[in-house]
Amino acid sequence: MAKIASPRDLTQYQKQAKAARDKIETFITMCGGTGCEGSGCREVINEMDRKLAEKELQESISLKVTGCQGFCEKGPLMVVRPAGNFYCNIQPDDVEEIIEKTVLKGESISRLEYQDPKTEEKILKEEDIPFYQNQERVVFKNNGFISPTSIEDYFSVDGYSGLVEALFNMSQEEIIEEVINSGLRGRGGGGFPTGQKWRFTYQEDSDPKYVICNSDEGDPGAYMDRSILEGNPHLVLEGMMIGAYAIGSSQGFIYVRAEYPLAVKHINIAIEQAREWGLLGDDILGSGFNFDVEIMEGAGAFICGEETALMASIEGKRGMPRPKPPFPATSGLWGQPTNINNVETFGNVPLIIKNGADWFNSIGTENSKGSKIFSLVGKVNNTGLIEVPMGITLREIVFDVGGGIPGGKEVKAVQSGGPSGGCIPKDLLDIPVDFDRLSEVGSIMGSGGLVVMDEDTCMVDVAKFFLDFTQDESCGECPPCRIGTRRMLEILNRITSGEGKEGDIELLKRLGEDIIDTSLCGLGQTAPNPVISTIQYFKDEYEAHIYDKACPAGVCQDLIYYNIIEEECRACDRCRRVCPVEAIEGEPGGDPYILYDDICIRCGNCIEECPFSAIEIIPGQKE
Amino acid sequence: MAEISINGSSYQVDDDRTILSAARELGYDIPTLCHHSVISDCGACRVCLIENKKSGNLMPSCTTKVTDGMVIETENKRLRRARKTVIELLLSDHPNDCMTCEADGNCELQDLAYEFGIDKPAYGGFKEEPRFTIERDNPFIEHDPDKCILCGRCIRVDQEVQCSDAIEFVERGFAAKVGAALKKDLGDEDSSCVFCGQCVEICPTGALSYAPSLGEGREYQLKKTETTCGYCGVGCKLELKSRDNRVVEAGSIYRDNLPNPDGEACVKGRFGYEFIDHPDRLSRPLIKDKESGEFKETDWEEALDYVVDNFRRIKREHGAEAFGALCSARCSNEDNYLIQKLMRAAIGTHTIDHCARL
Ligand SMILES: Cc1cc2nc3c(=O)[nH]c(=O)nc-3n(C[C@H](O)[C@H](O)[C@H](O)COP(=O)(O)O)c2cc1C
Ligand code: SF4
Ligand code: SF4
Ligand code: SF4
Ligand code: SF4
Ligand code: SF4
Ligand code: FES
Repeated sequence: MAKIASPRDLTQYQKQAKAARDKIETFITMCGGTGCEGSGCREVINEMDRKLAEKELQESISLKVTGCQGFCEKGPLMVVRPAGNFYCNIQPDDVEEIIEKTVLKGESISRLEYQDPKTEEKILKEEDIPFYQNQERVVFKNNGFISPTSIEDYFSVDGYSGLVEALFNMSQEEIIEEVINSGLRGRGGGGFPTGQKWRFTYQEDSDPKYVICNSDEGDPGAYMDRSILEGNPHLVLEGMMIGAYAIGSSQGFIYVRAEYPLAVKHINIAIEQAREWGLLGDDILGSGFNFDVEIMEGAGAFICGEETALMASIEGKRGMPRPKPPFPATSGLWGQPTNINNVETFGNVPLIIKNGADWFNSIGTENSKGSKIFSLVGKVNNTGLIEVPMGITLREIVFDVGGGIPGGKEVKAVQSGGPSGGCIPKDLLDIPVDFDRLSEVGSIMGSGGLVVMDEDTCMVDVAKFFLDFTQDESCGECPPCRIGTRRMLEILNRITSGEGKEGDIELLKRLGEDIIDTSLCGLGQTAPNPVISTIQYFKDEYEAHIYDKACPAGVCQDLIYYNIIEEECRACDRCRRVCPVEAIEGEPGGDPYILYDDICIRCGNCIEECPFSAIEIIPGQKE
Repeated sequence: MAEISINGSSYQVDDDRTILSAARELGYDIPTLCHHSVISDCGACRVCLIENKKSGNLMPSCTTKVTDGMVIETENKRLRRARKTVIELLLSDHPNDCMTCEADGNCELQDLAYEFGIDKPAYGGFKEEPRFTIERDNPFIEHDPDKCILCGRCIRVDQEVQCSDAIEFVERGFAAKVGAALKKDLGDEDSSCVFCGQCVEICPTGALSYAPSLGEGREYQLKKTETTCGYCGVGCKLELKSRDNRVVEAGSIYRDNLPNPDGEACVKGRFGYEFIDHPDRLSRPLIKDKESGEFKETDWEEALDYVVDNFRRIKREHGAEAFGALCSARCSNEDNYLIQKLMRAAIGTHTIDHCARL
């Protein structure tokens, strides 16, 4: 195959790719993302391949395995195009019927359609499902549409047009200006204006300069960046190329964790393809711009996502942060000017260059532009990856996109920003998703973790969970983080096990503030946030733990007890049979059963088993 | 030049220097733990924090360069609280062992604990139970990770000055410690440690000690004598530490224009002093009995007469060039000086040599 030697060549290939796609009568896109992988999409794909071959339909019907389509909760997912039938929870057994009915006859299979839990109506098309309706899929636009391992597919959606625009119609300053005007801010957690960072690196008079794409993504439960790399790796490459050209760099690195084998595979394929087609290497598209990219696989330490630790790791040193200044823009990788951006940040760049700053600017709020991808998890009906416009309220996310709280429970709080973020109580759910507003209420935008909590969530326990994570992931370099987070965790452990004492809340606050003030890097500087924000909004829960020795949400095992309600117990004997430690006594058909608290290990078996709801959890310690 | 304001006063200072070095030169006292003049700064210990009045941030003065227009404070309530918390946290993970510790009186952590008046760390008191075991697997260096504050000075001197790459941080978070890189122990066959002792010298606490010096006396009990190592022609400066007229340790001297300005030494210079007080060492003259071929002890009178008589005879019969002198690195520098003087002035020959002639 020939290299693409000029912008005209590229336009030609884009046209060919579109024509080839349009020629196919039916194509089926099947989500091959992380979530669907977990729910068994591989078996469905294999079955589909087999059936299509058996029926000799491979020529007229194309099966595309795409990146994550977001609605992981309902996976495996499939869309039959062009009609657009959206099917969820597909099993290999469904394949025969899908081909016979939907693919060949255009009939829909009601059983596989999505059912709206609120209206109980069946919904035929992806775009009519509330989960998707309330999103703004910009970066994710093509994730469920193209095959990530086909550069032609990327051409077919005008791929690399942004690069052409940048290389041939814009100066370096103009690109930087455009990105500044777009208002794009870093999606890796800090929210620093991307164009400004580029400008700092551009202004440095030193050679070589480097570009790094941060794909470490270590937040527990986050998989936004992974899904972009898995689903649309050329988009990220294109963004990196534009950034590299703007700042004057000819070498890029993608730092991706080795636990993301599919992302590594897809980005490797994309780099190989780009090299073959002449989009990486020397004199790209005849512009005189040289650029290549290398992949570095990280061992998966959370701290290696911090930019200075990440660069140390690329240099072959132990991944430990160093103080800033100097910032990477002046002294980064091997002491050279370096621009580091997050995957999602780079993913926005080609779109901004293609569609213009004004288009990007039209989405979002005053100081937060564009869209943001979140991984929506916790006590919410629709979990998965969502891309929403900045400025959408948390309430809209939870109730419109997320479909509300399961089991008719009340929402209690939303946690954003992962282990660096805070808990936002339900009274504040009407605030918009916006960098500044989120930090005003004691949380942060972060890289995109969004955990919904209902009334059964203990906020002290939540704080403990996040702190346990950060203290474990601390690199150990500076005392406030290494020892301070440990001490905070010890205090929280004490509180949740009934050993809390007067002054603990103040001690936690004071120590937390000092850790924020004195830690070397962003990990320590934000680690106390989950504790401080839960103290701010849920102090009464802390007090209940400390003074009443009670966990109001019924979570902390040492601060609750199980009780058999005499009036409800029908002596059916079922609880006694499931108790693993013989904590329940009684005669079938006799007196109400008795539960011995000193023996009970709070496993919860009996409560699940009792058909008469005669067993309850009571906050507090039994007298 | 940069114009900066420190605690309300304005100064002109060279740019390209750190806040710490500029401020200290101007007489401002800033505590440090992980800083040392012969190695790079890493900003890890956080006790040198200063307040940047413009950004409102606390910044490590050891790694932050001065910039024009900078306004900082090196001392105020917020800084005192921040530094005190850091030291308290360090002490909360430290044994209260100064009473028996080798480093007592020569410990930067102890000094800071005293200066900040910390009787009992607020966060859980001192460390009651050790979390690690003391590592004593080689004859030269003992490592007690429970007293380590992870300042990383040892690692940086090992990597930047000695270039041995023998030690590194291992594990992370609360479990982090200094350990032999990849290996279990510095004395292992595969370890690149050369036992130069620079890590021990630079350690601000009692975490690293010289095994042969354990129990031989605290720093303030030792007499210090600056000397030039006689083992080789490099001529490293060392500080011999002695107690009751016995050398018990060879310490480093950090000074410009020395052959070893960063306190370097080799294993011989650092540990090869035990021969001085070795029981096998000759302290009385011996003369060989011609018949039995055995050495017999004698007094100085007879021995010197014997030497003088024979020297005179040989010089008369064969001339001064028949003499040659070979002296030893294990003699003192003064002894070495005298033997060459004797050869040149009294005998009249330049045929003199020494095992350190590299
Ligand atoms: C402990 C820690 C972990 C981080 N992990 C990541 C990460 O996994 N991915 C990421 O893009 N940024 C991460 N960051 C932020 C990076 O340091 C850096 O700010 C970011 O990559 C810059 O890109 P952006 O401006 O496009 O957001 C982390 C920061 C800290 C303090
Ligand atoms: S704040 Fe934590 S992670 Fe960051 S340098 Fe300090 S110890 Fe390491
Ligand atoms: S909670 Fe578990 S241990 Fe306790 S009584 Fe019920 S079944 Fe037994
Ligand atoms: S290392 Fe310092 S502070 Fe620790 S016990 Fe020894 S003298 Fe005391
Ligand atoms: S004795 Fe010298 S070589 Fe060995 S670890 Fe210490 S500094 Fe490194
Ligand atoms: S052993 Fe000493 S020099 Fe090395 S990190 Fe620990 S306290 Fe610092
Ligand atoms: S001396 Fe500056 S941080 Fe340790």
